[in-house]
Amino acid sequence: MKLGQVLDNYRDTCKIALADGTVVTGVAIGKRGEIGGELCFNTSMTGYQEIMTDPSYHGQIMMMTYPHIGNYGTADADMEALEPKIAGLVVRAFSYQYSNQMANASLDSFMRSHGVVGISNVDTRTLVRHIRAQGVMNAVISSTDLNDESLVEKARGWPSMEGLELASAVTTESAYNFSEGDGPRIAVFDFGVKLNILRSFAAKDCLVRVFPASTALSEILDWNPDGIFFSNGPGDPRSMPDSIETVREAMTLDIPLFGICLGHQLMSLAAGLEVYKMFVGHRGANHPVKNLKTSRVEVSTQNHGFAVDIDSVQPDVAEMTHVNLNDGSVEGLAFKTCRAFSVQYHPEASPGPHDSHYLFQQFLSEITSPGALVESWPSAVSAK
Amino acid sequence: MPKRTDIKKILLIGSGPIIIGQACEFDYSGSQASRSLRAEGYEVVLVNSNPATIMTDPVTADKIYLRDLTPESIKQIVAEEMPDAVLPTMGGQTALNLADQLHQEGYWAEKGIQVIGVDIDAIHITENRQQFRDLMESIGIDQARSSVAKSLLEAKEITQELGGLPVVIRPSFTLGGSGGGIVWEPDQFDRKVMRGLELSPVHEILVEECVFGWKEFELELLRDSNDNVIIICSIENVDPMGVHTGDSVTVVPAQTLTDKQFQVMRDAAIKMMRSIGTFAGGCNVQFAVDPATGRMIAIEINPRVSRSSALASKATGYPIAKVAARLAVGYTLDELPNDVTGTTSACFEPAIDYVVTKIPRFNFEKFEGVDEELTTQMKAVGEVMAIGRSFPESLQKAWQSLENGYAGLGADRDESPRGEVRDRLKKPYWDRTLQIRNAFKLGASVEEVADISKTDPWFLHQIQELVQVEAEIRMQSLERMESDFMRLIKRYGFSDKQIAYLVMEDVTEDRVRTKRLELGVKPSFQLVDTCAGEFPAQTPYFYSSYETSCESEVSEKEKVVILGSGPNRIGQGIEFDYSCVHGVLAAKEMGYETIMINCNPETVSTDFDVADKLYFEPVFWEKVQDVIEHEQPIGVIVQLGGQTALKLSRQIEAIGIPIIGTSAENMDLAEDRGRFSEILKELEIPFPPYGMATSVPQAVEAAERIGYPVLVRPSYVLGGQGMRIAINKEEVESCLIEIWKQMPDNSVLLDLFLEDGIELEVDAVRDGDEVWIAGIMQHIEPAGVHSGDSTAVLPPYSLSEVVLNSVRRYVIEIADRLDVIGLVNVQLVTKDEIVYVIEANPRASRTVPFVAKATGVPVANIATRVTLGQKIAEFRERGELESTLIGYAIKEPVFSWDKFPEVPKELGPEMKSTGEAIAFIDELTDEHFRRPYELRNLYLSR
Repeated sequence: MKLGQVLDNYRDTCKIALADGTVVTGVAIGKRGEIGGELCFNTSMTGYQEIMTDPSYHGQIMMMTYPHIGNYGTADADMEALEPKIAGLVVRAFSYQYSNQMANASLDSFMRSHGVVGISNVDTRTLVRHIRAQGVMNAVISSTDLNDESLVEKARGWPSMEGLELASAVTTESAYNFSEGDGPRIAVFDFGVKLNILRSFAAKDCLVRVFPASTALSEILDWNPDGIFFSNGPGDPRSMPDSIETVREAMTLDIPLFGICLGHQLMSLAAGLEVYKMFVGHRGANHPVKNLKTSRVEVSTQNHGFAVDIDSVQPDVAEMTHVNLNDGSVEGLAFKTCRAFSVQYHPEASPGPHDSHYLFQQFLSEITSPGALVESWPSAVSAK
Repeated sequence: MPKRTDIKKILLIGSGPIIIGQACEFDYSGSQASRSLRAEGYEVVLVNSNPATIMTDPVTADKIYLRDLTPESIKQIVAEEMPDAVLPTMGGQTALNLADQLHQEGYWAEKGIQVIGVDIDAIHITENRQQFRDLMESIGIDQARSSVAKSLLEAKEITQELGGLPVVIRPSFTLGGSGGGIVWEPDQFDRKVMRGLELSPVHEILVEECVFGWKEFELELLRDSNDNVIIICSIENVDPMGVHTGDSVTVVPAQTLTDKQFQVMRDAAIKMMRSIGTFAGGCNVQFAVDPATGRMIAIEINPRVSRSSALASKATGYPIAKVAARLAVGYTLDELPNDVTGTTSACFEPAIDYVVTKIPRFNFEKFEGVDEELTTQMKAVGEVMAIGRSFPESLQKAWQSLENGYAGLGADRDESPRGEVRDRLKKPYWDRTLQIRNAFKLGASVEEVADISKTDPWFLHQIQELVQVEAEIRMQSLERMESDFMRLIKRYGFSDKQIAYLVMEDVTEDRVRTKRLELGVKPSFQLVDTCAGEFPAQTPYFYSSYETSCESEVSEKEKVVILGSGPNRIGQGIEFDYSCVHGVLAAKEMGYETIMINCNPETVSTDFDVADKLYFEPVFWEKVQDVIEHEQPIGVIVQLGGQTALKLSRQIEAIGIPIIGTSAENMDLAEDRGRFSEILKELEIPFPPYGMATSVPQAVEAAERIGYPVLVRPSYVLGGQGMRIAINKEEVESCLIEIWKQMPDNSVLLDLFLEDGIELEVDAVRDGDEVWIAGIMQHIEPAGVHSGDSTAVLPPYSLSEVVLNSVRRYVIEIADRLDVIGLVNVQLVTKDEIVYVIEANPRASRTVPFVAKATGVPVANIATRVTLGQKIAEFRERGELESTLIGYAIKEPVFSWDKFPEVPKELGPEMKSTGEAIAFIDELTDEHFRRPYELRNLYLSR
């Protein structure tokens, strides 16, 4: 059928091929072209722009489980980096037309202007269930090559995420000040930091300086930070020996440390814990995380394909502070030998609930009154 | 925290009779709560006056009191039962108000009974406009701006500050907000302000910013005793502010909010819930958003489960009432499992990968002179919900569910004239989404329609896309259609019937289906799993779509499909859902795999815990056929789901699937007045002389022959729709013109109206060999008042044994002659010791639950077992047919007149009541009998 005769939206055919030989035909959205990457899915019903611009998704093809994507267009305020970071986008029902007073462009024109390849009209549910059963795998989206065998070959040839170091591809080239607050001086190791993490510190009046991932600790210390933050980011943390060494050094100092996602994994590896690649990963905005100190539950934003092995958490090294209620995986750690804590999930939200925002305050409290590390639950949503 | 052990017995208050605004969603929440509390080991004592509910069944609670919902009856029950706690959040505003009233008296404290599930001290705040305002202000939640004016000048100044007209005028301290309203035009301003100032006893008015036309959202929340809060879902109203949410087309989840906007709303909702006291339970919060600026204001908060939480439960698969009940007894969310996945936690926020559309169902045709414009006062009597993988698909499926003749969002009939579309679009009416479609069909732009309707452009673009696809189908030949195209249009939700209407050839729905299957385009069934496919799920809750894999695996077991009754309407309401649920339970007990098909989110039958498999689908032939062909059941039970289900019996038989119970042929025999009268004649059973007419002269001729007054009634209608009593030729004529305007081509019946006759009705069950009479009811009101609007007394209170013997004999003879298997309801009139048969319906009737509650015999359950082969004799031998009734049981109709102040209160052959209550009395001197008896003739009209 000539779908293009029905609606302009269906003009260009596009295919997505998976490394296991699955090929699905849909229609091209965004930029026409070809791209490969690890195909994963995200269950957030809102926040597609934040997800697309999250550097942690660098190199991944993002499939949104919510069928309608593009509804509210795109807006500058919803950027988590200066440009999109995902490799490609897979959706069920793409909205060319949008409606929201905040928006200044449609998702289609956003993708075109930033060169993001995408495919729509895909039975995403079936594909999600396929990945759930088979595990994440590489895939190729193409509107230029429509030959199934050739596409599957390309998907198979795409480098695996396992063992891949990607932070260097998304980190800042040179150090810069993000904000000039009068509060604590926060040094950020940028492995692919989301802007909302920086905004969260800035909102608390911090002086935030962002350093490239490869910065030597001594250079950071020369800046005289009150606290060091290890950011989120893409790739396999086990392939980042230099960064792990830097973290290990930092853990010997009397400076508060805080890590999120990849940062959390690097801190865990530095402390001698183990990290493994998950079968499917956690990507969404509805995962329940229980704070084991307060017994309170936070609905959290998650985006990780690697996790800390719970059996490797030794009580003399680290204490599990947060646990995932769905699968019991490690979500947060307090380290015993230093003033450090970390979480696997994303307290900066964006997209997602604000339930865990208190962790930023927890970090700052540790800076201002050493030994605090106490929760000021919950700061974002308290009725008081 | 684990469950509380200091309480053992819990009193659960129901919501009473169905009225507009408070319907069977509370049967759903109440029965869910009761079941889950019992599963936790608590003893549940339940009070509700509504006999047509599952919650008042012995299967639901430990002890059931079918009593009025008054402080007196609660006190009596408490004296007998001495419960430790009372849970008032499952029975709507009725239960909450009752609990509050007793709290104000200090009654609960005095008896040492704890109120659980709500902070009773805080609930006033949610009902009192000023207190709510102050509270919201104190926690920093934005609301509609307003100021108090004491003079016209002040009112003008405030209006200017608010940015000009329109504004809302609310006089202070007037009852029911009288004297208030919106000022749209400058020339109304002075008059309305002065009137408000005069009407207010303190001569003050509140001048408030008008938020009509703003976007409207709702969030459903759950909180536990550890103060964990989760959002079950967001709901976006397609109809903007100004239309009651119960009357609005709504969509789950919200479609047009960015994540930042949604999270701000989420934070505000949580803050608001925490501000109205410390309690563990459910809550609903409503917001309005200015589409121009994005400014968000709070509208209201309801600290209880609601119609929206029933919708949210069905839309997400998250059983809110069930979890809320457990939270009320002390559990925290993290201690409870997600029942749908079975492996993950209940403490999470459902992620869905489909779109849910709810459309309300109205009954305006029942109320002459009613104002059909939708306002902030709810008018809908029921609703349908549909699930699709896209908004267009779910919208079309919702229209198919409404059961008002549409095969989707239009595209199945001649187009409406331009003028009509323009007029209907100007104001909010029930068919707004259809009129939007019509406007696009006529070439209107999204901007124009948005300007008139204030509907968010995203929805408009989606509907416009449907119209574009529709235009493409019109240019297609069915015979040359390719499978990709067929799949594409099915994904947009077009029914085979719409496609048959649209394609170039003149074809039937069946031909489209055949062609579609030839092309290999079959529906897929997807799972409602709360997690967008992230985890495997266990709950067999499905919807159809046109995806590439099917998730509903067919078992090897013998299967029975039970068809539900669709949206609640006057004449077909909760009573049929009651029978359906019992049908499911009975078939399950007999070892069959039970499959429920229904589209009404308010019901117990669509609780995924009830049947072995639930298909949340329109009770619309194409969709029913899809499920039947997929599941291959041994048969389909249609006699429990009212006319909705019954109507499909011929088609079901035609595809080779047996009807379980009375055959389609015999059901038709009873429906067809001519053939039925032949049977009565043959059995020598008296019936009122009648005639049939398809033209006015024919009707007049028949009426003259029969003699006046005559009862004029259209065929194949629900609840006596269009039925009138005519006393002369002119009335017959005008009445027919009215009927044919509404229902062209209908063949109309004219019966002699037996003035001053006494009406009776009988529910009976036949197993093929014998007939068991489950109950004989005598109506207090004279014949001429619809049976659904009559006060019925069981057993009869003033009839001779001769009359009753005739009644029994006639019922048995008719049931035998129609070869009824299962239920039959017969309506009769007696006058001068002669018994006339009016009609017989071989199916579950409205009175089945009443008879069951009155006699203590599970009539619907027995009837279902009989249709599946068990014999009445077995039940009799076990003594299961013995009535436990002492004295009399009275079924009292309940009306919703206050919702239609412009409609005169009168009763006639057309049913108008929305619900019913049951009362048990020992003597006929009881008030429950005396009052309706004294008033019995008062409201009889035509």
